[in-house]
Amino acid sequence: MLVPLSWLKRYVNIDISPEDLAHRLTMAGVEVESIEKMGMHLDPELVVVGLVTNIEPHPDADRLRLPTVDLGNGETAKVVCGAPNVAVGQKIAFAKLGARLYNAHSEREEPLRTAKIRGFESSGMVCSVKELMLGDDHEGILVLDQDSEIGSPLTNIVGDVLFDIAVTPNRPDCLSVLGIAREVAALTGQPITEPETGYADDGEPIAGRVTVQIADPDLCRRYTASLIEGVTVGPSPSWLQETLIRAGQRPINNVVDATNFVMLEMNQPLHAFDLDLVKDQAIVVRMARPGEVLETLDGQRRELAPPMLVIADATDAVGLAGVMGGANSEVSQGTTRVLLESANFDPVNTRRTGADLKLSTGASYRFERGLRQELAEIGLRRATRLIAEIAGGTVASGIIDVHPEPAAASVVTLTAARLKQVLGTDIPMPKVKQVLASLGFERTGSDSADSVSISSPYWRSDIEIQDDLVEEVARVIGYDEMPTTMLAAPIPHHHVQPMWDLKERVRDMLAAAGMQEAINYNVASEENLRTVGAWTDDVLALANPMNDEQPYLRTTLRASLLQTVSDNRRTGGGDGLRLFELGRVFMPQSPGPNPSGGDAKLPDERETLIAAFTGRRGATSWQASDNAADMGFFDAKGVAEDLLGGLGIDVSFEPVADVALKAGRTAAILASGKRLGTVGEVADGVLDQFDLDGATVALLEIDVPSLLAAAPSGDRRYLPFSRYPESVRDLALTVDQAVSADEIRAVLIKHKLVKAARAQDVYTGDGVPQGKKSIAFGLVFQSEKATLTADQIDRVLEDLLRRLQRSVGAEIRS
Amino acid sequence: MTRLPAATYNYSALTPLFSSCCIREPVITQQVAARAAQLQARALEQLSVVSDSEGLEAWRVSYLGRKGEATLLKRSITDVPPESRREFGQAANAVGEALASAFEARQTEIDHPAGDTDAIDVTLPGVPSPIGSIHPITSTVREICAAFGDMGFQVVEGPEVELDHYNFEKLNIPKHHPARDSFNTLWIDKTGEDGQRPMLLRTHTSPMQVRTMEKQDPPVRVIVPGKAYRYEATDATHEWHFSQVEGLAVDKGITFADLKGTLHEFARRLFGENVRVRFRCDYFPFVEPGAEMSIDWSSLSNGAKGAKGRQQEDQKENWLEILGAGMVHPKVLEGVGYDPAVYTGFAFGIGIERIAQLKHGIDDIRLFYSNDVRFLRQF
Repeated sequence: MLVPLSWLKRYVNIDISPEDLAHRLTMAGVEVESIEKMGMHLDPELVVVGLVTNIEPHPDADRLRLPTVDLGNGETAKVVCGAPNVAVGQKIAFAKLGARLYNAHSEREEPLRTAKIRGFESSGMVCSVKELMLGDDHEGILVLDQDSEIGSPLTNIVGDVLFDIAVTPNRPDCLSVLGIAREVAALTGQPITEPETGYADDGEPIAGRVTVQIADPDLCRRYTASLIEGVTVGPSPSWLQETLIRAGQRPINNVVDATNFVMLEMNQPLHAFDLDLVKDQAIVVRMARPGEVLETLDGQRRELAPPMLVIADATDAVGLAGVMGGANSEVSQGTTRVLLESANFDPVNTRRTGADLKLSTGASYRFERGLRQELAEIGLRRATRLIAEIAGGTVASGIIDVHPEPAAASVVTLTAARLKQVLGTDIPMPKVKQVLASLGFERTGSDSADSVSISSPYWRSDIEIQDDLVEEVARVIGYDEMPTTMLAAPIPHHHVQPMWDLKERVRDMLAAAGMQEAINYNVASEENLRTVGAWTDDVLALANPMNDEQPYLRTTLRASLLQTVSDNRRTGGGDGLRLFELGRVFMPQSPGPNPSGGDAKLPDERETLIAAFTGRRGATSWQASDNAADMGFFDAKGVAEDLLGGLGIDVSFEPVADVALKAGRTAAILASGKRLGTVGEVADGVLDQFDLDGATVALLEIDVPSLLAAAPSGDRRYLPFSRYPESVRDLALTVDQAVSADEIRAVLIKHKLVKAARAQDVYTGDGVPQGKKSIAFGLVFQSEKATLTADQIDRVLEDLLRRLQRSVGAEIRS
Repeated sequence: MTRLPAATYNYSALTPLFSSCCIREPVITQQVAARAAQLQARALEQLSVVSDSEGLEAWRVSYLGRKGEATLLKRSITDVPPESRREFGQAANAVGEALASAFEARQTEIDHPAGDTDAIDVTLPGVPSPIGSIHPITSTVREICAAFGDMGFQVVEGPEVELDHYNFEKLNIPKHHPARDSFNTLWIDKTGEDGQRPMLLRTHTSPMQVRTMEKQDPPVRVIVPGKAYRYEATDATHEWHFSQVEGLAVDKGITFADLKGTLHEFARRLFGENVRVRFRCDYFPFVEPGAEMSIDWSSLSNGAKGAKGRQQEDQKENWLEILGAGMVHPKVLEGVGYDPAVYTGFAFGIGIERIAQLKHGIDDIRLFYSNDVRFLRQF
């Protein structure tokens, strides 16, 4: 909403700076987003209105002339002027010496100095738009309106300040200049000058010559109309054109401009019909018929349907109620009889109509936000007066006012107790009453010392409950004037949030393991979901996705993170990438309880952990030659083991098939037989899809709710440890290739004196028979009862070897 | 044994200097300084040519031993006039200390000749460990949660796919309410029996206000971190996918003054104790009165400055909006079965990206979800 300061000043005296005004409005909830100043830079003493009284030719130059300019108060000046359009009788902009102007020769702003032009000394200048820095026009001088006062500062005419105001949906009254003026009046303690609405209606009565019928009173609560006959349609006077232009509205003709002016001034949308184009001079407000077609003023043919509301004549729609008029009844050059409509339409229906037709207008925007029925008549009278004033003609006596069910005045009572309960401070009742009065609220007479009852003025439609008035009082006094306290209410009991706590812990553990946290968008393309094996036919889609290629809510984090890996491979992957994301996947919900405990009507939003490892294990180091190697399965598995172990979960890994991961290089992560997730290397086809061909990328994926279920709850229990020393031995075995490390380990760890067994080395090749592998375990022996002797350990080792020979055919490696 | 040059024993020259107490102080000072320096230079020169343990010991005895020159120099303080003793003592001690430390260094060199030890080049880089980090959005959320946690707010989370019912209706935003214009909604492509789409990506974290109150009786004091979504073209200052922290406190006796105090305290925690805040009236359908809090950029300590604000930096005050807030609307309280005549409360919503941008000087919001490790590794 663009509000020119000059327009505001018609209704309220403003004696503070535009910046101060903007600040006060903003603090009170009427946010001024920007202030644009125009013509304010012109010195009021030095740039004034002049009258060209005489023009003499320049003796030495054909193109130059010597106008004499009357500057008022008996002051005149004779200057040199090169503009072709200067003429006797013009009001022009005259700059005296010292005025700061744009100098076309030096191409910068500088003070005007005496200049000798072809022998003639010029002490002043008749200015062009460009010299005045009001625009780019440099063709001729600026010619002012004839009614401009000689000698008055030019800045009074061309100067203005435009406030760009963001109006919140609850305050449609602030979509009008008068509404903003009322705010200014309340905030600065100034009175309001109401616009004139009176006029002489000495024509033939409107009654009987025009009929109005509201067929659907739920959708049109009031319809008022006036008739102006004998008008001359033409351009508006310059003040009106200029006012509309400054407010961002294009002038059209005097009748239409008058309706637009009144809408911007007091918020009531109006429409002017050419009465001679309204069949039978009959207005019917009714729902559109199915398939009914109307060409609106913007030239669009629109197919309508109920419950859209139309204004119709005896046979056809002539306007889309509250949105836009019809081309078939438009006021044009030849129009002499204007039927002026000022009505009140239902907000929801207007909004739906606009949404269905994808058509939003100044009128529909206002009706959507809810206007008071009282405003219709006031706006009608204001616009009727204006049309009669600027387009001539005679106003038919009386108005038509169809108002089936006038809204009852709503009274809201505000108590001192509620003010204190909400604001935390006592505000004296006289102050409250004064604030409410300044905003135009009228007291209904039933107030007491501790309360005030008010009815809202006709421009306010947002006050329903007393807390609305609490806000009015607080915002006018100023939120910064309200007290500031810390919460004194007792702190509520704590409820544990195990999922949140676990997620935070996992993030910390992974960051400590050298991983970088990523956060991705929650959407995916079908192709990517299919590639990583996460597509199902009931994947949730967005009706209006941001990106047409990614309309689906992700059912996996794999695709997003692989994309992140791919994006970083060239720029940030020099030392390898270790990335993780802890986010949600959106699993379509079948009837029944939500698996994650959420709303049964909503998808199962499963917290999921994904981690990716690729590239060099670490930065090149003169000490750690391992760092140059590429990360793979065991890097991912190592992080998984540390993470799960750190959470106190015993896990095992079993080979598993996964369409997105390499066969034979993928394992399921299990805890007590329950699946927690997967670790594996990404399959070549998937790598290709993400532009990662040639890379080795290991993924770790964990379902966080399963992790939460598997993690021991409560505090860790202390376990007594043996006071006797540990003995460490290595055991190198030869087994069939097919025997897994876990199979061997299971046998070893079962022995009560074996405290730990960990595979340390695996070898195939020279010295190991075909089809076999050598595997070395590090064993830790310890007894709870005594220090073990070497003999005891040797016996245990022999025993273990016998068991291994039986169970997995293991031989001691020679 | 290495013989030391004869000059080493020429100590007597010093003694006469102090035998008379009638010498004026400035003279003493200059002469002492010169003598001490001479002694030190001579001793160090000799030390530099010592090449074995025996020579080193002889040197030690002759300078630092019980009758060594440096020791004697110190002892001769008794010959110095009282008013000059302090100065003399300092000079003599300095010589003693310099010689002692030179002795130790030489001893180490002689005991552990270079090339024949496990000495290392300590300037070589250490063995690197991989360094990870938390996303700046996560760390900002943590900081916010910690600040409110200290004021008794507990973390709860809610669904990102929401029902229109919770995202709008129960928050006093019925269908066709013009306030829906400001929540450009991403709808889930499912149509209910009434022809309407019941599900959407939540446009704010506010639905959890309602869900939380529906589940429990007052008092309530929660914060809700999480993602929210709006259909908005993405540029340096707009992101369709963003993070919020919602807050809600409801009990008997909670006031607008508490709202102001709590949020000011939050700003102090995040931006430093000197941060200036201001509250202005704003509109959100689910609060009344509604407010917006801004912080004054110019009041921030340098650490929190960085990204340019929307306004000019040369302005004295520079207010940046950081959150919306207000007293919970009585209709919202009624909707969850709380009696608005008895219970009052406040709610607020904080945009995380804005806070993280301010804290870290990040000028483009798109960096957060680009996941460029050159960005992520900085936090």
